[in-house]
Amino acid sequence: MASSNGTSSIVVKLERVSKVYRDRYAVRDLDLEVREGEFVVLIGPSGCGKTTTLKMINRLVECTSGSIYVYGQEVHSLNPTLLRRKIGYVIQQIGLFPHLTVAQNIELVPRLLGVPKAEREKRVDELLRLVGFEPSVFRGRYPRELSGGQQQRVGVLRALAANPALILMDEPFGALDPITREQLQDELKRLKREFRKTIVFVTHDMDEALKLADRIVVMREGRAVQTSPPEELLRNPADDFVREFLGARRILRHPQDVQVREIMLTTPVTGTEDMGLAEAFQKMQQHRVNTLLIVDERSVLLGIVTSGGLQKGIREGGRRKLAEFMEPVTVTIAEGENVLLAARLMAENKAGVLPVVDSRKRLKGVITKATLVSTMVDVLWPSGADRIENGCKVARG
Amino acid sequence: MDVTLWTLWQTYLARSDRFWALLQQHIVVLVMLPVLLATAVAIPLGILSTRYRWIQIPVLAFANLMQTVPSLALLAVLIAIGLGIGNKPAVVAIFLYSLLPILRNTYAGIQSVDRSILEAAEGMGMSPWQILTLVELPIAFPVIMAGIRTAAVICVGLATLAAFIGGGGLGDFIVTGLGMANNNLTLLGAIPAAVMALTLDWVLGKIEFRLTPRGLRL
Ligand SMILES: Nc1ncnc2c1ncn2[C@@H]1O[C@H](COP(=O)(O)OP(=O)(O)OP(=O)(O)O)[C@@H](O)[C@H]1O
Ligand SMILES: [Mg+2]
Repeated sequence: MASSNGTSSIVVKLERVSKVYRDRYAVRDLDLEVREGEFVVLIGPSGCGKTTTLKMINRLVECTSGSIYVYGQEVHSLNPTLLRRKIGYVIQQIGLFPHLTVAQNIELVPRLLGVPKAEREKRVDELLRLVGFEPSVFRGRYPRELSGGQQQRVGVLRALAANPALILMDEPFGALDPITREQLQDELKRLKREFRKTIVFVTHDMDEALKLADRIVVMREGRAVQTSPPEELLRNPADDFVREFLGARRILRHPQDVQVREIMLTTPVTGTEDMGLAEAFQKMQQHRVNTLLIVDERSVLLGIVTSGGLQKGIREGGRRKLAEFMEPVTVTIAEGENVLLAARLMAENKAGVLPVVDSRKRLKGVITKATLVSTMVDVLWPSGADRIENGCKVARG
Repeated sequence: MDVTLWTLWQTYLARSDRFWALLQQHIVVLVMLPVLLATAVAIPLGILSTRYRWIQIPVLAFANLMQTVPSLALLAVLIAIGLGIGNKPAVVAIFLYSLLPILRNTYAGIQSVDRSILEAAEGMGMSPWQILTLVELPIAFPVIMAGIRTAAVICVGLATLAAFIGGGGLGDFIVTGLGMANNNLTLLGAIPAAVMALTLDWVLGKIEFRLTPRGLRL
């Protein structure tokens, strides 16, 4: 917190910045430094001041007190229009220009900056390809001819068009389905790595923050509650608010500390002894499982039916009820046991599923191999997910 | 007096030169001129109204008021305040009537531009002038154009009243025809005026559609 000028590697700096609307603080005494090439994510519940903070950086909102520096220059000493042309901005509501084509939307800032037409066209095509859009198809489309996800991509490209070193993004992947969202997150990560952009990114999705951020700023009622790298946030949440915000993802923990209860699937696919074969088959297919846990009316676990067993039984013919194909369950686990034991039991018994039962053998849930894998990624090594992903890429490439 | 296509045709043949002169006067002097003037005044006023409340309130109130004054009364007032009779008060009256639809549509069209679009424009570093000319006006264009169209159609009808104060146009035939109880003559003025209104609406509609960016077409 030295000189007000900051060092050259600090791109954005907020010093005790506050914004008051009427007599309520939207942002209060916020300090933040964003270094060159850093990906900082602002996160917090709705209305906590994320958008306001972002807009104060490009002066769409004037701060009430405090100072804001961009590349060492106090923003109030700069012409706001020129300042904004140097900063990419993706607004929360996308805001594409409906009367312009995709290409015209993207090239608008370069056009304002006087970049020659041929160069702009080249840039548009390059950007479209970057997010997997075939230029000849998408260049001439209008925003209303795009899906929500495609519009958001164009919104991001528009911010990248003039090649700004600093980009502000306000929930750019807000209204997307999980798959598209993930795809765009990956694209953004790649962009950031390849082009060394400095990004300030707003979200209220913790998974998104953990995935993308170099540093996360957790905000609450206009204040920064905690500013830490993701692993640090997971390991040492500053208070209950942060802990609650992290939810089930919290903490890098030893597998011995993670209880089966936390990770089990609580809606196992079950059948009853008197269930017919066709029904059983259909249920397995519908839920895409190859085992059915058989329970009685008080959900006491009676046995297990595997699709292999079922098929064999059908080939042999004659028998009709599920009870006849049932095999006894050899291993189960209690809710209070830890994940390490669960993993060991599954490995030793070569079991595909591990039923979780209480002391009266009533079925409470189930652990599958997939559950264990996602536990490792989400709970045990949240920061390791990145390494796994990179590893895959290396292996494939 | 019976009216048939034949008698109408005879009536026309008897004064075809005058017919074309009045028609031309009707279109050029009594419709195009005042509507173009009104467009030139109403669009900037409409834009300013979206920027400054102190302009918006009196301007819209004045335009609304103009619209509610009966047309003949307005003509009478204009003569009374010294514009005399003939073309001049007619053009002024028609101009005043055209203001409201164009003004109102300019105002509404610009106001209807989504907040988020303006914020995106501002956020990417467009100047207020660039936002107006590159974003707001193009998006508001179909609405403004619809206002001009409404004004033009109203004016074709209104212009027939100009004849009452010696303003010329097709109204001349109507007024004379009424005076002489000559239905053929009245219709020789009224039918082309009606056809002109419909044609103008259609042509302007086409122009509007052509000039509307594809992304804004419904
Ligand atoms: N122009 C304004 N006038 C008055 N109050 C405002 C204005 N803009 C924002 N606020 C208030 O400031 C607070 C912070 O708003 P902000 O938009 O920054 O929240 P946010 O964290 O981005 O929320 P969200 O996740 O819903 O987008 C809110 O209480 C909001 O009501
Ligand atoms: Mg917001």
